Amino acid sequence: MDEKIIRLKDEINSKLNEVADLLDLDKVRVAYLGKKGSITALLKGMKDLSVEEKKVFGADVNKLKAYAAEKIEEKIAELKEKEIQLEIASMPQFDITTPANLARGSYHPITLVQRQCETIFKSMGFDVEDYSEVVTDYECFESVNIPKHHPARDMQDTYYLENGQLLKSQTSAAQNAILKKYGKRLMETGKPIKAIFPGRCFRNEATDACHENTFFQMEGVMVDKDISISNLIFFMKTMLSEVFRKDIKVRLRPGFFPFVEPGFELDISCLICGGEGCPSCKHSGWLELCPCGMIHPNVLREGGIDPEEYTGFAFGLGLTRLAMMKYGIKDIRDLNSGSLKSLSQFTDDEE
Amino acid sequence: MFLSMNWISDFVDFSGLDKVELIHQFSLSTAEVENEIFFKGSDLSGVVVAEIKSVENHPDSKKLHLLKVDAGDDELTDVVCGAPNVRVGMKTAFAKVGARIGEITIAPRPLAGYTSNGMCCSEAEIGISDDNSGIMDITDDVPNGTDIKEIYEIDDIVFEVDNKSLTNRPDLWGHYGIAREFAALAGRELKPLEVEDLKAYNNLKQIDMKIEDDLCQRYSCMQVENVTRHISPVNMRIRLYYCGMRGINFLADLTNYLMLEMGQPMHAFDSRKVENIRIKRFDTPFTFKTLDGIERNIDENTLMICNGDAPVAIAGIMGGLDSEIVDDTTTLTLESATFNAVSIRKSTVRLAHRTDASIRYEKCLDPENTVPAIARFINLLKKYDSGVQVVSALTDEYAFRYDTVKLDFDKAFVDRYTGIEISNETIVKTLESLGFKVTLDGDNFSVVVPSWRATKDVTIKADIIEEITRIYGYDNFDVNTARSPLYPVRMATVKNNESKIKDILVKRYNLHELHSYVWAYYDELKALEIPVEDNIKLANATNPNIETIRNSIIPTQLCQVKTNTGFAPDFGIFEIGRVVEGLDENNLCIEKKKLAVTLYSKTKDMKSLYFELRDILAVITDDIKHSTLSFKTSQPKHSYEHPVNLNTVILDGKEIGTVGIVHPVVGKKIDKKANIVFAEIDMNAFADAKDNGISYEEPSKFPPMDYDLSLELPNGVLYDKLTECWKKEGGSILKNTKIVDTYDTDTVHSITVRFEFSSNERTLSSAEVQEIMDKVIANLSAIGVNLR
Repeated sequence: MDEKIIRLKDEINSKLNEVADLLDLDKVRVAYLGKKGSITALLKGMKDLSVEEKKVFGADVNKLKAYAAEKIEEKIAELKEKEIQLEIASMPQFDITTPANLARGSYHPITLVQRQCETIFKSMGFDVEDYSEVVTDYECFESVNIPKHHPARDMQDTYYLENGQLLKSQTSAAQNAILKKYGKRLMETGKPIKAIFPGRCFRNEATDACHENTFFQMEGVMVDKDISISNLIFFMKTMLSEVFRKDIKVRLRPGFFPFVEPGFELDISCLICGGEGCPSCKHSGWLELCPCGMIHPNVLREGGIDPEEYTGFAFGLGLTRLAMMKYGIKDIRDLNSGSLKSLSQFTDDEE
Repeated sequence: MFLSMNWISDFVDFSGLDKVELIHQFSLSTAEVENEIFFKGSDLSGVVVAEIKSVENHPDSKKLHLLKVDAGDDELTDVVCGAPNVRVGMKTAFAKVGARIGEITIAPRPLAGYTSNGMCCSEAEIGISDDNSGIMDITDDVPNGTDIKEIYEIDDIVFEVDNKSLTNRPDLWGHYGIAREFAALAGRELKPLEVEDLKAYNNLKQIDMKIEDDLCQRYSCMQVENVTRHISPVNMRIRLYYCGMRGINFLADLTNYLMLEMGQPMHAFDSRKVENIRIKRFDTPFTFKTLDGIERNIDENTLMICNGDAPVAIAGIMGGLDSEIVDDTTTLTLESATFNAVSIRKSTVRLAHRTDASIRYEKCLDPENTVPAIARFINLLKKYDSGVQVVSALTDEYAFRYDTVKLDFDKAFVDRYTGIEISNETIVKTLESLGFKVTLDGDNFSVVVPSWRATKDVTIKADIIEEITRIYGYDNFDVNTARSPLYPVRMATVKNNESKIKDILVKRYNLHELHSYVWAYYDELKALEIPVEDNIKLANATNPNIETIRNSIIPTQLCQVKTNTGFAPDFGIFEIGRVVEGLDENNLCIEKKKLAVTLYSKTKDMKSLYFELRDILAVITDDIKHSTLSFKTSQPKHSYEHPVNLNTVILDGKEIGTVGIVHPVVGKKIDKKANIVFAEIDMNAFADAKDNGISYEEPSKFPPMDYDLSLELPNGVLYDKLTECWKKEGGSILKNTKIVDTYDTDTVHSITVRFEFSSNERTLSSAEVQEIMDKVIANLSAIGVNLR
């Protein structure tokens, strides 16, 4: 083999060894394989050779050319691999165990409890209604069998407004409107009245850890031809078991409320002790939760419904009380405190 | 009200039954019993009757005596005693060695050099009264050594019923009425009360008495003489004490005893002071001294018992000091009456004075009970004071009678109401045990309500259901779902929108939902220099700080921002709540449900914060209504609104709210270093807006074409104005426009708008797009907007 070729081969090898990056490598490629490169120059210098010599020399140069190209490709692959390795090595290890950023919004706890109740009752076919906070004496009292001078009006300290209206002291204030709204449909099509109406209520009383002048209730009514006490107990028990996500024991005691007859106080087995007795339930094993009963015939009649033909139940669930029990909120005033330290904790509680 | 099981047991035989269990049943079937049940006497044993045989003064102590007592043992017992009332021959309660009083077990004890082998006890020490002035003086003739519990009813089970749960039950304000419930629950007989036969005195003189006012329903009275007893029998005093009353003297105790037994308040006058009883009101107000020595103002609405024209008692509430029984009283006039319940209740409110009597009268007492109460009173009076003589005939005026309540219903009615099967026999038995007269004909019931339940309590058929079911026991009910047909349910649009808005605000924008009060808090607002705007006020606010109903949630929300400035450098809060915007033409409140949002930031500049809020409103609208909001510059109406950048929010051409920046005066009060923006949206107006729904457009298969224009905006030209320049020209192929760049200096405000053209039918040509854009550029130039 021509000495020049051998020398050139050695030269290429040593140059490639010195190459540090792709840019250098390209320079080497151009220096040997480019149009003006050393190998190309060898071919150009063949014109002085004999045909035989040309044949041998040409083949050797082509071999060298192929060799150089192969070596350069190898070098490219090697450098690329090196680059990836470098990139991998330069990636720092992140500490995934640092605390996550949980910044997000929050619902008021009443909203969460109210939604759960609404969802449960919607799933059982109840309409969900909205009602105003300022109501008339007729809506809050007269229409629900609490005539003037009735002792029951003494039981609730109502906020009256200058114009004679009042801030509703109970969600029952919506009962008459709901009965009227759906009563006609009941009588014409037989579609039962099934509705809940959550809302804010007001009592003119001093506030402390257990008392608020502003609180939420959820009223529910169901009226049809044969609605019974047995049905009432069923719906209350089902709803409460769903809200607390466990089987809740309930019991009824006679309770006196003018808008129902018979009227009941509904107790649930204490959530803390399960009925064994503890300070939370004053060692009785029971918590008083919700007044309820069979809608008083006068209330049905005032709503345009014939009490001889239809019966119904109504209940007034204390949503504020429920939220406190569910989340272990000890001071009722926290709910209206506007404090984000307390209230930003209720990020979500959907099923 | 405290109740004694011993007393109840006078009227019902409970033998073989668990009394505590019955009390629990009573709580579930009749009225709420407080949790703690008191087992009176359970901590007392070994106390016997003992006679003091000798008394010697202690040589070194002025107070102590050295006694020898006969406790029924073979030998006398030496006792050291500090009581002042010791005397030879006195019988007392004696705790022998080994006796137990509460936590203490009596043992021989050295006392000032002598050993005391037991303890003489006061009534307070053995828990039967609060008298601790000396040792108990037992006047009953019983052998020494007799266990005190054998002669006195010290062992008792006492429970408390929540008065509120008796509001509608006038018959349960005495032990006899309670006993009727227990008898029904236990399935036992209720024994009749032992009473005096008053007919025996019919030939005696009538008392001069006349009802002159229809507020008095019935007035019964009778005169007695020769009451010599002063101290009540021990058992009577124990019962009164266990039921929360102090013993006073025999007559006073007996009236109280009768009230606690029969629920009928009674009063005893000195007959000399009530020679002609008149019941009436006075036309002019005056003052009157009641027997507690207090002068009270009596007005023209208060019913009085009078001697002729001289008032002697406030009817149903309290007797007068001047007609009280005194030492030289010889003849007593007993009053047993009923009055209009509402009138009594109102009088107690006016006088600010409620008594055990008025509490009962407020409940509509049964007028049928007045005469039996006198008959019972005289029976007890004669039983405990044998010399007593009745000196008048029963004098009774019955001015107002309640109607007899008769109710007819059938078995199907009961079935329908209860949803369970209760047999006719059970229904009859239950109602009869409660005193109802029942006639059953096939499945048809005819029921006469007893007078003590007929004053207001049981008036309709549904009341009968309660009587049947509560005694049947709600725990015994089969629980069943309703058989009503099912229909799809609907949620009011406003509630639906509300729920979605809350989700968007919480989940997408990390806002926090807070609640606040419906009234303005003067003090808090004053601190932020926000004056309370005139609006309807509470008529009976107890706290003047919360008199005015709010007309916007924003001021309250700004107060909340103030309390939370330390919570985070950036936060947003919202509330969906009510406000009142004045009165309508019928003088009724215009109540609105509003969404209020306030954003607070220490890190964002005012413009980006303001736009963040704008975008929140836009996303809500696009999400729920699939519609676009527009805005109109507005002038401030409230002190907390910044005059610049205040905008009315418009949806479907209707004004639905406001978005703005907090006025610097208020802003600085909240936080000098933060930016604060707010928005308030009328939820009902929002709910009324149409939901356009999603309008799906198939993506074009042809290449789109973008065209950018850089525009220099003169001062005061809003983007809204620009859109009018291309809305029409762009036609159906201008799909979208957006701002891709803005460039602001002090003098120049410029934006780059990208116009996105595309067609679903063809490839657009540059020429046609250019033609449109030439027109757009001309339109823009016409309103003074030129290319940069």
